[in-house]
Amino acid sequence: MCLAIPARITKIKGPVAEVDVGGNMKEINIMLTPEARVGDYVLLHAGYAIQVIDEKSAEEIFDAWEEAYEALQ
Amino acid sequence: MKHSNKKEYARFLLDRLHQEIERPLTVMEVCGTHTVAIARSGLRDLLPDKMRLLSGPGCPVCVTDDLDLDQVMALARERAVVLATFGDMMRVPGTESSLLQEKSRGADVRIVYSPADALQLAAENPDAQVVFLGVGFETTVPVVAAALEQAVQKGLKNFSVYSLHKLVPPIMRVLLEDPEVKIDAFLNPGHVCTILGTEPFRFISGEYGKPCVVAGFDATDILEALLLIVRQYREGRPAVEIQYRRAVRPEGNPVAMGFIEKYFTPVDARWRGIGEVPGSGLELREEYARYNARVRFPVTARPGERKKRCACGEVLKGLKLPYECPLFGKVCNPVKPVGPCMVSTEGSCAAYYRYGRQKAGVCR
Repeated sequence: MCLAIPARITKIKGPVAEVDVGGNMKEINIMLTPEARVGDYVLLHAGYAIQVIDEKSAEEIFDAWEEAYEALQ
Repeated sequence: MKHSNKKEYARFLLDRLHQEIERPLTVMEVCGTHTVAIARSGLRDLLPDKMRLLSGPGCPVCVTDDLDLDQVMALARERAVVLATFGDMMRVPGTESSLLQEKSRGADVRIVYSPADALQLAAENPDAQVVFLGVGFETTVPVVAAALEQAVQKGLKNFSVYSLHKLVPPIMRVLLEDPEVKIDAFLNPGHVCTILGTEPFRFISGEYGKPCVVAGFDATDILEALLLIVRQYREGRPAVEIQYRRAVRPEGNPVAMGFIEKYFTPVDARWRGIGEVPGSGLELREEYARYNARVRFPVTARPGERKKRCACGEVLKGLKLPYECPLFGKVCNPVKPVGPCMVSTEGSCAAYYRYGRQKAGVCR
């Protein structure tokens, strides 16, 4: 239930941001990470960014997810 | 790290573990995502014999008490509300029914991905009363608190939260105090610590002298964390360490913690199979009572009878492995689950059922 996935912010409009999650665009809320800027990577949980992370971390977390996803196929 | 390099690195970490472990160590993870990652990777079969990995009460769905769920069912059944919930909760049995069964009998239960979806539902349906069922640990609570903040800002009068939220540090203390449960170290839940940081877990090393390491969700993350635990024992310096630096800072996310503090206050809470734990739940603060579904839509469900033979409680405390429950795989399976540990994909029983005790894994 505490799953969180990396997303890259492409647009910010108030508390709402548009993000790229592995190629899919999605609207999320960034109230919990007010320091987030366009281009930043965030960890996304249940529609809200819960932490700003760096690009390398985002890639590593995403790769681990892809492996987990493959294993489930 | 590329997949092949990762395999080599996992082998290296396993070798180190086999060489460096000096004494038997029982390590408990308190996170459903770790439960699944460990079961999927087959790590248990590759670890040194001296190391035992237990799954603790780390799945919020699994620790939700059946009597609490009876109240939620009564709310969905008796009051004219739209109950919005994460999908994981639909099939979790109370003593007599589940939300899925209530829905099939006419209750208005909707699955949402985010509390923001429940907010939108309320905004679009001003004549309906939307109740969001708040289930989850400290990772999820700030998200629900942020939704409450939005409801307050928008002046939404038809949105409320039924909080069954639970806190991780108090249940870890219960496990450390239980004379039957013998744990030498914890793998701390990664994303709970993204919010809380390390300070709330300091008592584990400070008062109990046990290591805890915040671990990521990859097999190599878990192996690295286990090696840190072995080394803490070797060096006699129990501490709270972070292996999952990609997502966890020592200070956590102070903004998110501020939101929790603003909207919620700790209360005693029932944990399935474990019982009432002081200060381990969260209720909305009194000043936000108009957003508290328990206050706005009171119900009193007739207390049902708990299922006696289901060993969920012992499984959640690490006293029994899932297949030691008399119901496991027979009357209780993912298609017709008896206890929540078999319902949630992150439950210990479901993970054991799905991945079995196979030798294969990412490492060999």
